Amino acid sequence: MATKEALELARKQKTLGYRLKQNRASYVMMAPYFILFFFFTVAPVVISIGLSFTYFNMLEAPTFVGWENYVRLILEDDIFMVALKNTMLFAVITGPISYFLCLLFAWIINEFNGKLRAFLTLIFYAPSIVGNAYLVWNIILTGDRYGLLNGLLLRLDIINEAKVWMKTEEYILPILIVVQLWLSLGTGFLAFIAGLQTVDRSLYEAAAIDGVKNRWQELYYVTLPAMKPQLMFGAVMQITQSFAIADISINLAGNPSVNYAGATVVTHLLDYGSTKFEMGYASAIATVLFLLMVGTNKFVQKILRRVGE
Amino acid sequence: MAEANLQKRKFFKLKPTKLNRSRAGNGLLFGLMIICGLFMVLPLVMIVNNALKPLDELFQFPPKIFVRNPTLESFSDLFVLMNDTWVPFSRYILNTLIITIGGTVGHVLVASLAAYPLAKHDFPGKKTLFRMVVLSMMFSWTVTQIPNYMIISWLHINNTYAALILPAWQFGMGLYLMKQFMEQLPDSLMESARLDGASEYSIFFKIVMPNVKPAWLTLAIFQFQQMWGNTGGMFLRNEELKPLQYALQQITAGGAARAGASAAVTFIIAAIPITFFLVCQSNILETMTTSGMKE
Repeated sequence: MATKEALELARKQKTLGYRLKQNRASYVMMAPYFILFFFFTVAPVVISIGLSFTYFNMLEAPTFVGWENYVRLILEDDIFMVALKNTMLFAVITGPISYFLCLLFAWIINEFNGKLRAFLTLIFYAPSIVGNAYLVWNIILTGDRYGLLNGLLLRLDIINEAKVWMKTEEYILPILIVVQLWLSLGTGFLAFIAGLQTVDRSLYEAAAIDGVKNRWQELYYVTLPAMKPQLMFGAVMQITQSFAIADISINLAGNPSVNYAGATVVTHLLDYGSTKFEMGYASAIATVLFLLMVGTNKFVQKILRRVGE
Repeated sequence: MAEANLQKRKFFKLKPTKLNRSRAGNGLLFGLMIICGLFMVLPLVMIVNNALKPLDELFQFPPKIFVRNPTLESFSDLFVLMNDTWVPFSRYILNTLIITIGGTVGHVLVASLAAYPLAKHDFPGKKTLFRMVVLSMMFSWTVTQIPNYMIISWLHINNTYAALILPAWQFGMGLYLMKQFMEQLPDSLMESARLDGASEYSIFFKIVMPNVKPAWLTLAIFQFQQMWGNTGGMFLRNEELKPLQYALQQITAGGAARAGASAAVTFIIAAIPITFFLVCQSNILETMTTSGMKE
């Protein structure tokens, strides 16, 4: 009899209704967030994906066009292909390097304490917190002999006439990559700084006893595995940022840039969304970009799981 | 005991618990830091110098980074212009305070509350909900603007503070960040409190949140920056509701005649989040050093 009751209870515990009820506190705690999330994120994303199958100029009601936007995007839009190539290049180069830089500087800064650490963090985070980052680069890259870069190279006799950096096709992409790297100590960087603060100190002592000899080994075998959740977070942020690069390109090279040398998927999207008012087409671009990021994320998370093993 | 240890630490001394440190390694790393640091701090240096430049230096060509004859002229120019705005300037400040504080405090609280069950409880739908949040961050924000506007109008919160504050409470990044940090907390910590009969809410406020202080201070920095930079855009039409950022941009839109005031504005716009940043960062103390935290 007792076993029968126990079995009955066990079966009951497995049913969805029972488990939902059991976890009522969890759902109540999450409710404020997820109600808002549904209204302000899920619904807009679903509507956007829906719009990607329409022609929508924001004045008239959208008309359904099926896969037309996607077909046009992939088969006919040459600029999209350039933008896609540039974006991939950006992501492959700046993504991993930025990520590594965030980690490196967070780790070095973590060696300091208190106020000094806060100050050092500010210095490295400065490009992300002050609004005038482009201003600095505009002065450096000014296209006459008074630009800082031109001035320096002229004085060193490396070039013999001033270069119009941001209007010369072959310089645009490399320069944008450098600027992006300079801007890279942002979200991931601060998350790593905070993450390093939560690593249990006793792990280091234990590791020293176990024969970890220098700081590099300590980093790989102790610190990194202990902050895996932050590493995952940093990677996702890095992906969303690297694939969405647009601002620096628009501010430094213009949109459209010379021969689309600085075009990225998002500048292309902005071109259609806010200049040409083709919201359906812009939504299709956003959807393709989304799929690209999701795929990359899957791949990166797989690699990160192996850290320290 | 551990608290006392933390307080005793001097601010310049390297951590006593840091082992295995070689001189050469220190030199290499700090040398690298100084070189890169000089480059990174450039925009900050420029903002300060520009704000102190008299007009003739601002228009100097070629531009110089450092100021020769520092003056506060630009700030007094700005204060004169401030008296001249459509609605009293204090109104813009009040609006910004409401939006920034409401958006930041609300987001940290709402996102953390949702992150806790996702990190530490087991319930149906957990993985799906979390995955939705992470994936949502990858959808381009530009195209969701139009549907967002439609939804905000539909909810009748257009042209209210809520149109800026409520969407800010559900940004995906905050939930993700908090969840990742909470995941690291040892289960035993919550288990013993549960055995003592503590409710999930008191566990959340008394155990979880204090232990992930570095995380929510960091999140507060991000969110503050985000909210502070908000100009109200298409969601706020009434002049009396617009934030400071908007008013300041109107002032600087005057072109060359207002170059001085504009430099002062750039300084103020950057100074507030930087102050907030420094306050938060210097409060990020080692949390996991307490002995009770070991599994």
